[in-house]
Amino acid sequence: MVDPHLHQTVVALERRRRLYSALTIVVVALILVSGYAQAESMNSGGFIQGLRKFFDYPQDIVAAAWDRGGEFFVIVWEFIPALIDTLNIAATATLLGGALAVVLAFLSTRNLDVWPPLIPVVRRSMDIMRTFPELILALFLIFVLGASSVPAMIAVAVHTVGALGKLFSEVNENVSRQPIEGLEAAGANWMQRMRFAVLPQVLPNYTSYFLLRFEINVRASAILGFVGAGGLGAELRRSIGWGSGHETAALLLLLFVSIMIIDQTSAYLRRALAGDGALPWQRLKGAAA
Amino acid sequence: MRVEALRKEFGSTVAVQDISFTVDSPQMIGIIGRSGAGKSTLLRMINHLTPATSGRVMVDGRDILTLKGRARRDWQRDCAMIFQQFNLVPRLDVLTNVMLGRLNRHSTAASLLKMFGADDIARALHALERLGIVDQALKRAEDLSGGQQQRVAIARALTQEPRMVLADEPIASLDPMSAQVVMDALRQIHERDGLTVICNLHTLDTARTYCDRVIGMRAGEMVFDGPAEALTPEMAREIYGAEQAFDESLTSTSLPGAVPAPEATAPQPAPALQAVRVGT
Repeated sequence: MVDPHLHQTVVALERRRRLYSALTIVVVALILVSGYAQAESMNSGGFIQGLRKFFDYPQDIVAAAWDRGGEFFVIVWEFIPALIDTLNIAATATLLGGALAVVLAFLSTRNLDVWPPLIPVVRRSMDIMRTFPELILALFLIFVLGASSVPAMIAVAVHTVGALGKLFSEVNENVSRQPIEGLEAAGANWMQRMRFAVLPQVLPNYTSYFLLRFEINVRASAILGFVGAGGLGAELRRSIGWGSGHETAALLLLLFVSIMIIDQTSAYLRRALAGDGALPWQRLKGAAA
Repeated sequence: MRVEALRKEFGSTVAVQDISFTVDSPQMIGIIGRSGAGKSTLLRMINHLTPATSGRVMVDGRDILTLKGRARRDWQRDCAMIFQQFNLVPRLDVLTNVMLGRLNRHSTAASLLKMFGADDIARALHALERLGIVDQALKRAEDLSGGQQQRVAIARALTQEPRMVLADEPIASLDPMSAQVVMDALRQIHERDGLTVICNLHTLDTARTYCDRVIGMRAGEMVFDGPAEALTPEMAREIYGAEQAFDESLTSTSLPGAVPAPEATAPQPAPALQAVRVGT
């Protein structure tokens, strides 16, 4: 038989818990309703009307593209340089940012015999680089350096250092110490130990994160065009602003297709890296050995 | 080499208690004792992987424990170390692993670009051939069996061109057959190259079979130092702190009837040597 006192206590606690849950739901509902009413009174169109118009614009631009017929693909072709511009920004930023991230990741990992006081310093500086959204950084740099691809590239690269550096550092934390010790006992210096005992262990994961970051950076670079960094984003802003529906459709198609291709390719490469010997040339090498 | 009152404390526990011994001429020395007796710590201090609390290790009139930076790494090169878990780089191929023994002799810049010269490649292949695994040269280290990996580790030690070899439980993770091959290889390094080999061992019979001199350790203290023949069952009981019922054959991993033949480890022919294409 359960102690009746304990039983009562539990029942009382349970009741209080339910009361609090109910109160929470009521408060959240009130906040939502009042917030919606507030927004409704402040915005120029209403939310419900806006929702109904949501599909009007896509319809318009698809219709505009349809009217052009075969000429539409010529327009798509003419935007290829803009696409290359955007891809360039993303690729350069990913390469530069990734390279610096590797260095900082090694300097911010505890189990790699780094001078201990250095670790928090490097970590905090990576945190700071990660905190600024690319857009804010790009706006600032474009103000300073003028509207071109370079400030956008720097903005994306800085964010990449912060983001990749943290991920790389987490990979580093999981390496086996045995090869490091083996090389230390053979008289190898720190750089040599990192290069030969750590890098081979972490490289597959690095590559995977690197490809993922490239995908993200392609999107980021396209967006940065809106604030004056050139590439697809700039064209997109122009065509939307001028109400040039067929051009908008062409740009969106280009962006969509290229991101899809990059996504699929990098997903394939990452899968292959996760499972050793899954790439065609690795299979060949395996067969030859 | 003269070890003088070498001591290591981890917090309040004393892992190695004022050990002293001298190695005048090249010898094959076996250090035996229970797990936790301080055998590994002793070897790691000699290689300078672990700093000692006090004591000296005198080589050529200088205390190697005071060495720093470049001089310390040069000593580590001269005093090659072999580990129980092999400590190879699993994802690199065997040949590169062996060439990593040359790192100390290269500038940082050149080695970071993985620029090993033809000389390094020749040395590495020669070492692998000597250990009978040159046909595995282009496989990844992690794809080899334990015994083969330990031989790769020995080959790496050889390319360091060391003055002595320390082996920390080199056969504790191996099956009896591989253990014999590895011990034969170490013995051969001692006999052919005239190097001092100091080897931590788990089992008495291995020490008796392969070593000229045996050092027994118990709870961080040296309780025996003498020729292998002087190691009586009574002495063994003392080292292992065992009861009267202690039976040596229980710890034995040797193969019945396997006659240790240190000089008989003729390197296997290396058919693939000419065909091996060295990756750039």
